[in-house]
Order: sequence, then structure tokens, then C-alpha cells
Amino acid sequence: MEFLSYLISGISLGSVYAIIALGYTMVYGIAKMLNFAHGDVIMVGGYISFCGMSYLGLPTVLSVLLAMAVCTVLGVVIEGLAYKPLRAAPSLAVLITAIGVSYFLQNAALLIWGASGKVYSPVIPVTNAAGEPNALRLFGGSLSISYISLLTMAACIVIMIGLTFFTSRTKLGKAMRACSEDKGAAQLMGINVNATISTTFAIGSALAAIAGVLLCSFNPTLTPTTGSMPGIKAFTAAVFGGIGSIPGAFLGGVLLGVIESMAQAYVSTNLANSIVFAVLIVTLLVKPAGLLGRYVPEKV
Amino acid sequence: MKRLKKHTRTDLITYLGVAAAFLAISALRNNGALSRSLTGQLVPICCYMSMAVSLNLTVGILGELSLGHAGFMSVGAFSGIVAAMSLQTAVPFVPLRLAIAMAVGAAAAAIAGAVVGMPVLRLRGDYLAIVTLAFGEIIKELINCLLVGYDAKGLHVVFNLTGGKTVEDLRLGEGGVALIKGAQGATATATIATFTAGFVLVMITLAVVLNLKHSRAGRAVMALRDNAIAAESIGLNVTKYKMMAFVTSAALAGAAGALYGLNFSSLQATKFNFNTSILILVFVVLGGLGNIWGSLIAAAALTVLPELLRAFSDYRMLVYAIVLILVMLATNNAGFTAFLRRFLRWPGRSTGKEAA
Repeated sequence: MEFLSYLISGISLGSVYAIIALGYTMVYGIAKMLNFAHGDVIMVGGYISFCGMSYLGLPTVLSVLLAMAVCTVLGVVIEGLAYKPLRAAPSLAVLITAIGVSYFLQNAALLIWGASGKVYSPVIPVTNAAGEPNALRLFGGSLSISYISLLTMAACIVIMIGLTFFTSRTKLGKAMRACSEDKGAAQLMGINVNATISTTFAIGSALAAIAGVLLCSFNPTLTPTTGSMPGIKAFTAAVFGGIGSIPGAFLGGVLLGVIESMAQAYVSTNLANSIVFAVLIVTLLVKPAGLLGRYVPEKV
Repeated sequence: MKRLKKHTRTDLITYLGVAAAFLAISALRNNGALSRSLTGQLVPICCYMSMAVSLNLTVGILGELSLGHAGFMSVGAFSGIVAAMSLQTAVPFVPLRLAIAMAVGAAAAAIAGAVVGMPVLRLRGDYLAIVTLAFGEIIKELINCLLVGYDAKGLHVVFNLTGGKTVEDLRLGEGGVALIKGAQGATATATIATFTAGFVLVMITLAVVLNLKHSRAGRAVMALRDNAIAAESIGLNVTKYKMMAFVTSAALAGAAGALYGLNFSSLQATKFNFNTSILILVFVVLGGLGNIWGSLIAAAALTVLPELLRAFSDYRMLVYAIVLILVMLATNNAGFTAFLRRFLRWPGRSTGKEAA
């Protein structure tokens, strides 16, 4: 039973990583850039939904939608101002710009909301009005799964299926895949490459807002650096599963969450992150393109 | 001067420039013309310069993006602190002790570099970057679990895996001192780092990197960067040259770390996190990939910049971020550069950069 409950907490943590990793992987697939500011968009999403609920008194659903709208706009603005002018520049220049954007968002949040952590009330309260935990009880109460975990897993699966459908069936999704294969050829086929990239950033940032809300529901202290470590881990998850692949990001995120949870429970709390990273390193040595990634051999 | 090769002349100017800057700053400091906060920054600036030049060896000359350079700095810092503190009675002459500590730091970081480089250098591009990031984080967490003490019998090392161990578990003898206390890091370190040592460190780093760059091995490394398959096909040993550049870079970072560690009386492993690695990468990219004196200037300027932005008080890191973004846009976007040039009436430079 103990093992099962660790497994479930690992899967729900992993689902949050997976949602972030999906955003990362889509942006990487099309723009071929490591968007280090993605983690900070998560943080902004968390703060906006916090403000919606605590200051404006909006219902939970509305404040989540507000956070998604703000993050979408933010993502498109960042892309337009900072990344679009560097489309032809070397990838390292774009990387440094992304780091600059990340510093900017963190320090702007620091100025607006202050350094002390905000206490985030989870989107589904931990206990209900009667004081009982809001959780699904199984096996006569020996295993309880909180509703927020269930919501996270459901959200993750819905997003994954939605994105898979979107990229394989819709016209815009196909345009995205075409751009990630070959931008020049896509342009010749009449695809507006810049608009497609902006749309990808918009989708990725909206996903980051959802991830921010769910992340803060698990880990209720919100600070300007809340997004950094989950951002790095989700990026690891995207690489682990094979960057550019949507099922890969999902698989990588969930596996990473489970490994982290198991390592914390059975090996050492101090070294949980190290174990996660060590698994990544070993995986990449055996499968250099990640679990589900395509390995493209270099031709001369 | 005319008869020298072009790169020899550039190198000579770099050495002379660093020496002149050192003399000028020493003179200013002796006259009390430097503010206290700036005087405190002198040794860290030297360390960051050395870090930037050594990272430039990996990123600019070898052409592999490393996001874990601070990990090697960390290994160097803590092994340097242990060496310096445990040799306090055996080597009473301070500069010699500092030199030994830096050598120990360099050696430890070189070993770490070899261990990390062996698997990492098999990967390519962004995958390599993410694995170096992972190693940087692993090194940070491992040092966070480390307890080291010293007494008459020698060094005692305990690995605090479960988080339940304390300094008591070192079982130190009479008069023993704990040097590294897990998450608390190194405390009560004797600060023996000096600005002169920093200058020597920068000069040694420059000598190593510049000589490597212009040697036969350095040309092999650059050939690997430009086209690994072509380089391999003419018989270059890929692993050997990649490892040579990577381990050298790690060793120099270790020496810089040792000096950095001995500049502060207390130091935690979390100081050398992902953000520090990124900071050094920013120096390298802003200074120009493969451009050694560019790294030196960028490291010095960006370390001092937050101090100069003090007038903006709370907004200074925000301004720093904006400056960073604008500089990247200005140096890499053709339209933006043309706009600036028209605006400031700069002499027009040919747009040869676009082709590169």
C-alpha cells in the first residue's frame, strides 16, 4: 500500500512535469531553441491565478482561465520582442536571450509581488467542509488518492491526447510539423512560418499556466523562483522522452516524477534530484535521442 | 611588432593589457580610490575572468555547450579549502599554501572533468548541454551531503546520505576541526586569497588556453568543432582531443574555484548552482565565442555592472536583464544594428557577419 501511494504521488507530480515538458518539447521542436524562460512563465501563471482568486475574488475556473490568457499573451509578446529578431542568429545567442528573459520575469515578479512567498490555496481544497480529506478512498480507506492528484493526471492525459490530435489532424498542427521539419520548404508551401511559431509559443505558454496552477496546488508556497527547478526538471523530462516528441514528453515527465518520488521514499531525500539526473544520463548514453526520439545519423 | 604573427600580437596585447589593468587597479587601491564594495569584488572578478576563459575553451574552441561549469568550480573550491585548512601548520608560508590549494583544486576538478567528460562527450549538441547541466546539479547535491573534518590523525570524511548524520559522526580527535559541514558548507575558512594571486591565476589561465589554442592540439580541437566527421576522416583522435580540451577547462575552473573559496570565510555548495554556470556562459557569449580577451572584458564588466546600477536600487537586476537582452539583439540582429548605426552615425561596417 505504501508503495502504491508513493507511486501515485509520483505519477501526479510527473503529470505536472509532463504538462510543462509538452510545452518545452513543442517550442523546441519548432524553434530549435532551449526556452529557459518557460519555467518563469509557469511562475507567472501561478501568480496570476493567485491574484485572481485572492485579490479579485474570482471563482477558481475563471482565475485559471485568466492565468492562461495572460500567459498566452506573455508568451507571444516574449517571442515577438526577444526571439523573433534572432531567428537567423546562432543558437547560443538565442539561448542567452532566453536567459535574459528569464531574469527579467523573475525580477519583475520580485518587484511586483515581493520576495516573501505567497501561500497558494489549492484549486481543490485539501479537506472539505466537514474536515475530511478531499480524496478518493480505495481498499477500505488504506489507500487514498486526493482529488487534486486525479485532476492533474486527467488534465495531463487530456492535454496529451488533445495535442496529439491537434498536431496530426488539424491544418495548423500539420503546419507546425512542417515547420519543425524544414522551415524553408514549409514557407515555399505557403505556410506562414512566423505565425506558426507564434502560435506554438502561445500554446506552450497556456500549458505553462495550467502547469503553474497545478504545481502550486501541490507545493503551496509561491515565490519568484518557483518555476526554475520544475522548469529544468521538465526540460530534463522532455530530453529523457526524446525532445520534439509529444508522447515522449508525456512518458518522460511521468517516469521522472515516479523516479523522484521513489528516490525520495526509499533512497535519500538529499539525493533525489541527483538520482533523477543520473537516470537521465544513463538513458541518454544508451539511447542518445531519448526514449521515443528519432535518432538521425549524420551524413557527409 | 610587424614581424610577429597576427595571433601572437593579439596574445601579447592581451597579456600586456591584463598586466596594465592589474598595475592600474593596484595603484588605485593603494591610494584608496576604490570603493569598499569594489575592493571586495577584485578577487571574485579575477576568478570569474579565469572561469570565463576556461569555459571559452569548451564552448568557443571545442564548440560544445556546457551548462555545468560551476560544478567544476565547486569541486575546486571545496577541495582547495580542505587542502588549505589542513596544511595550516605544515605549510606556514601563506602564498605557498594558497598555491598548493589551487593546485589541489585544479587536480580534483581535472579528475571530476575526466569522469564527467568520458560519458558526456559521446553526446552531441543540446543533449550534451542537458547532461552537463545534470552533472552540475549532481556535483552540487553530493557536496551538500559531504562532511569533512581534520585532526592530528588526518582527514575524516563522512557521506551524509540519509540526512541524519552530523559533525559528531566524523569522530574527530582532540583539537580536530570540521572543515565542511554538509549543507552549511565550509565555515570559518581562513581567507588567504589575494588580488595578486588572482592576477597570477588569470595570467596562468591565459597562458594555458592561448598556447593550447595555437598548438597542434588546439588546431585539432578547432577542426573537430568545425566538422567532426571531416576531422575524424583525416585521422584525428576525436575522444583524445575532446577530452584534452574538456579536462583542461575543468582543471582551470578548479583552480579558480579554489581561489574563490579561499576568499570567503563561509561558502555553501548551493552557491555553485545552475545560475552560476549560466552567468559564466553569459560572459563567454557576450565576449564572443572563441575570443579570449572578449571573455575577460565581459566577465569584469558584468561583475561590476550590478554595482554600477546601484542608482536604480530595486530595479537593478531588472535593468541588468534588459541590458542583456538588448545587447544580444544589438549584436545579432541585422535590422537592429542598422537602425543603431543610422541613429548614432557609426561608420558602416560590412555585413560580413551575416554570412558567418
